Amino acid sequence: MSQSKTTSIMDARILLPAIGDAFRKLDPRALARNPVMFVVAVVSALTTILFIRDAITGGDNLGFSFQIVIWLWFTVLFANFAEAVAEGRGKAQAESLRRTRTETQAKLLKGDDIKSFAVVPGTSLKVGDVVLVEAGDIIPSDGEVIEGVASVNEAAITGESAPVIRESGGDRSAVTGGTQVLSDWIRVRITAAAGSTFIDRMIALVEGAERQKTPNEIALNILLAGMTLIFVLATATIPSFASYAGGYIPIVVLVALFVTLIPTTIGALLSAIGIAGMDRLVRFNVLAMSGRAVEAAGDVDTLLLDKTGTITLGNRQAAEFKPVRGVSEQELADAAQLASLADETPEGRSIVVLAKEKYGIRARDMASLNAQFVPFTAQSRMSGIDLDGSSIRKGAVDAVLRYVDGSTAVASGNTAVMSYQPQTAREIQAIADEIAKAGGTPLAVVKDGKLLGVVYLKDIVKGGIRERFAELRRMGIRTVMITGDNPMTAAAIAAEAGVDDFLAQATPENKLSLIREEQAKGKLVAMCGDGTNDAPALAQADVGVAMNTGTVAAREAGNMVDLDSDPTKLIEIVEIGKQLLMTRGALTTFSIANDVAKYFAIIPAMFLAFYPQLGALNIMGLKTPESAILSAIIFNALIIVALIPLSLKGVKYRPIGAGALLSRNLLIYGLGGLIVPFIGIKAIDVIITTLGLA
Amino acid sequence: MTPNGWIQILIFCGIVLLLVKPLGGYMTRVFNGERTLLSLIFGPAERGLYALAGTSEREDQHWTTYAFSLLFFNLAGFLLLYFLQRLQGALPFNPADMGAVPPELAFNTAVSFVTNTNWQNYGGESTMSYLVQMAGFTVQNFVSAATGMAIAVALIRGFSRASAKSIGNFWVDLTRATLYILLPMCVVLTLVYVYLGVPQTLGAYVEATTLEGAKQTIAVGPVASQIAIKMLGTNGGGFFNANAAHPFENPDAISNLFQMVSIFAIGAAFTNVFGRMVGNQRQGWAILATMGVLFMAGVVVCYWAEASGNPLIHALGIEGGNMEGKEVRFGIVLSALFAAITTAASCGAVNAMHDSFTALGGLIPLINMELGEIIIGGVGAGLYGILMFVVLAIFVAGLMVGRTPEYLGKKIEAKEVKMAVLAVLCLPLAMLVFTAISVVLPDAVASIANPGPRGFSEILYAYTSAAANNGSAFGGLTGNTPWYNITLGIAMLMGRFLVIIPALAIAGSLVAKKTVPASAGTFPTDSGLFVGLLSGVILIVGGLTFFPALAVGPIVEHLAMTLGQTF
Repeated sequence: MSQSKTTSIMDARILLPAIGDAFRKLDPRALARNPVMFVVAVVSALTTILFIRDAITGGDNLGFSFQIVIWLWFTVLFANFAEAVAEGRGKAQAESLRRTRTETQAKLLKGDDIKSFAVVPGTSLKVGDVVLVEAGDIIPSDGEVIEGVASVNEAAITGESAPVIRESGGDRSAVTGGTQVLSDWIRVRITAAAGSTFIDRMIALVEGAERQKTPNEIALNILLAGMTLIFVLATATIPSFASYAGGYIPIVVLVALFVTLIPTTIGALLSAIGIAGMDRLVRFNVLAMSGRAVEAAGDVDTLLLDKTGTITLGNRQAAEFKPVRGVSEQELADAAQLASLADETPEGRSIVVLAKEKYGIRARDMASLNAQFVPFTAQSRMSGIDLDGSSIRKGAVDAVLRYVDGSTAVASGNTAVMSYQPQTAREIQAIADEIAKAGGTPLAVVKDGKLLGVVYLKDIVKGGIRERFAELRRMGIRTVMITGDNPMTAAAIAAEAGVDDFLAQATPENKLSLIREEQAKGKLVAMCGDGTNDAPALAQADVGVAMNTGTVAAREAGNMVDLDSDPTKLIEIVEIGKQLLMTRGALTTFSIANDVAKYFAIIPAMFLAFYPQLGALNIMGLKTPESAILSAIIFNALIIVALIPLSLKGVKYRPIGAGALLSRNLLIYGLGGLIVPFIGIKAIDVIITTLGLA
Repeated sequence: MTPNGWIQILIFCGIVLLLVKPLGGYMTRVFNGERTLLSLIFGPAERGLYALAGTSEREDQHWTTYAFSLLFFNLAGFLLLYFLQRLQGALPFNPADMGAVPPELAFNTAVSFVTNTNWQNYGGESTMSYLVQMAGFTVQNFVSAATGMAIAVALIRGFSRASAKSIGNFWVDLTRATLYILLPMCVVLTLVYVYLGVPQTLGAYVEATTLEGAKQTIAVGPVASQIAIKMLGTNGGGFFNANAAHPFENPDAISNLFQMVSIFAIGAAFTNVFGRMVGNQRQGWAILATMGVLFMAGVVVCYWAEASGNPLIHALGIEGGNMEGKEVRFGIVLSALFAAITTAASCGAVNAMHDSFTALGGLIPLINMELGEIIIGGVGAGLYGILMFVVLAIFVAGLMVGRTPEYLGKKIEAKEVKMAVLAVLCLPLAMLVFTAISVVLPDAVASIANPGPRGFSEILYAYTSAAANNGSAFGGLTGNTPWYNITLGIAMLMGRFLVIIPALAIAGSLVAKKTVPASAGTFPTDSGLFVGLLSGVILIVGGLTFFPALAVGPIVEHLAMTLGQTF
């Protein structure tokens, strides 16, 4: 997460426009989306009309009614303000995205000849069109590279300035409209029509324009609407109770009681919480295609993680030279180093490094040695070097053994080799098995047909990952490592990393069936992937995070895209999902618990005129009936503002187990919700009576 | 309050707790269709009834079919009961020559017994023939109780079954509840009550000559059998107008203990049935613990209020607690305990006049009912009632562990929340709205016996009792008027069916869901924390709704009393 993208909650550039938006959102069509606040707005309007009528006809206690009316409207405005602030943060981001989406020209290709193209506006491109993008050009729309290799600057969407390679075929073929080709050229088949490109979707998402209510939010809204109805019954029946007792209660007081009782706190902050949740993801450089996906992330039970790059460092490293009997470590290291000199793979380089560190074997110049590099091929599954009539090979144990068998057959006259090799082969096999059992990869080395030994390539488990998995376990999430390794190697790495389970020799098919199996047990599964062959599994998973470097197919199949292409982020995504749900629950609990104090403030004040005995319920010792009612409604409005930062930041998630987490939150938001309003209402009462407002 | 009083309360609680596991185990076997000892006796009758109804125990119903069967059965029961009362003059078993019951009263009474309320706007011994009492009331006492049990079992299946379509068969559940649970227990209890001196006869009323030589008619009848089911089935409708305060219904402390225990027995055991069926008895105990916490809080306040008595009377030099309206053979503790039990459990039988309780003593029965009869509650009804609150509590607080709320592995989503809110909403709707109308209607206000807050409480209590399907009367209110007969009848229907339908809808929605296995991230629902949470939600959501009404009723009355004013 880049710090530069973090916007402070109290940023004036967001707060000032939000004030204007708060008034703009008084539009009934906008309010109607939120049942609780809509009801508050309706009763505020009614009370205003009554107040105006009383003002004209000269009713009494106008100052008090006026203040109630003002605070009723503030309640609505504060709710709008909370939503506007949440949206404001997204808007700032959308603005910077929009700046990068300049009007582009596209070089539309007619045929296969890259020389003949027509320059057309980028917006006129259709899906399936093929365009040429050369160094310096902006890629006009999302697409897939069908020919060529180019380095592309994707800073516009990822914020990362280092260029990335995009090439046809393989898993790095997707390009995003709005990014810039820095070198070379590529032929791109357009996959998104104007207006529905990745950046367009990103803008819409961060702006919240496409925000749909999530399942949980809908359920919560039903609950809040239900509670509002219950309190309609509780307050609407009061006038008749009062009239039985020979009294009368002004409408404005009833409205004040009603508005303070209904869950306005959570009602006002609900949409801000949802927007802020999406926003937090965006600041983690993850784009969720829907709020539903964010919510599902909180519910994840099983996390499928690729071994390479997530659990282990991307590359294996040479850890040890294990020679066969009769060969010194030095000798083996020397041969292995020679064979790896020209090998640019990370494994090869790590062999050179190890030989230097452990045996002081310096790097030698290929040219001066007059050496010939033999590259790795899928057929031979070996690489090596030929020099001065001598040849060294290193590679997978079975491949090397087969190679040695072949060469012994040629040198059949040499009885010494014949009698010696099968035994050495067995020894090599034994060493290799031992390495595999420990989770490593054995690499056999042979020089001139003579087996020298094995290089132990080790998978390096990332630092701190074990603790992360322990944390996930405490969150109740099972981790499954996905790897192409054989079961023995997989088991060893799984044990070292501390994952709960592993899937060895993974294929797209058994990945998919693993997900289905877990889902059949009622579990929610999250995974990340980048390749085209990951697409079915990404689509099947409840939370599928596609890497931005991945293929178009993968990006389409997932419901989130990670712009940094960092698979460990799944863990943060899950935490953000949980935070979102927790914040809603915490504020709902707080809101409902607040009602106790409000009853104790308003009920005695309300009935004081004809049941003075009820004054005993005024345990807060509020000064006058007016000050009591006013304090309750002011508290009710101000608490919304006070909780905006919490709703935007979210309640902190701690992986301490559900029971401990719940008791902690119940203590803070349940018990706190009971106590805080008693203190707050009393304090406001002291202030307004001192100021002489009531 | 005396040590003796506390010992009696503890003995009662101890007996109920001891019954929970064995009775729960037996009931589970019955509802699962496993063979029990009684299958030998009732097996043929059971199969015969299924054949007659054209169903079989293997036939399972979708929740809509289940609900339709239930509504159809209750409608038929209502019509039968209504016409039995209207035509009783022309029907046999009427030695006292009772005439036709007026239409509004017949409507009220028929609704009352079909909904397991047993609100009585009539005096049994002066209005109803033996035929109506036995073929009408006693039959409904059984089947209305069995209906509640069937719904509870259907809802439990919603939690215990996964990825299924059906929630059981109403006719089968109804038959099993009646034949294997209610009937055998009632036979035993009837014999106990007869042994303790409760009459059981079809003979005419007894003529007696008093010491002064005056003629007195002593009403008798098939009392013991009706007492057995009225308590066990949490019906509460007395054979006599004085209900369990009448010496023929409830002769002594022992019969009183039997009656109190039988009110709670099935309701408490249902929590164990729940635990067993969902595969974790601790879940049942957690629910029972919540009920227990709320119950004991009520008992303590009620006992304390009654034992403290009225300071205004103490000022006159008369010591002691409040004995007005109480039977001397039960005293303060058993009257207060009985009042808490009968209102907690939706029974409605009374052994003292609740109208004569102190303001706070009378507040407890009111609150018990306003919470929706979920503290043990009516047989079956208590469990499905509290499960509605569980859905709400889990939804509100469950979010705080950072997952979509789940209960017993079932996700609680929009549909469940909607239905639970509907169920919780219908009670204040019936209780508060009818009270609000009645207290400003001169004709309705004319029925009250006392002015001021006490009279308000009388009306509030009547609608609360009706909507909660409790049936106990505060006393003081003359309920047998067309207005009260009709509106109380409507309140009873709302309180019963507007909870049943959502409960069955939830069962239908849950039964189709997968069961998510529990993990360290799952909110534990068998812990003390859950008990505290559930109690809190019940008190705040259920209780706060009624705070204004209680404030201008019992609370203001109590505060006035401390200031020296009574009503």
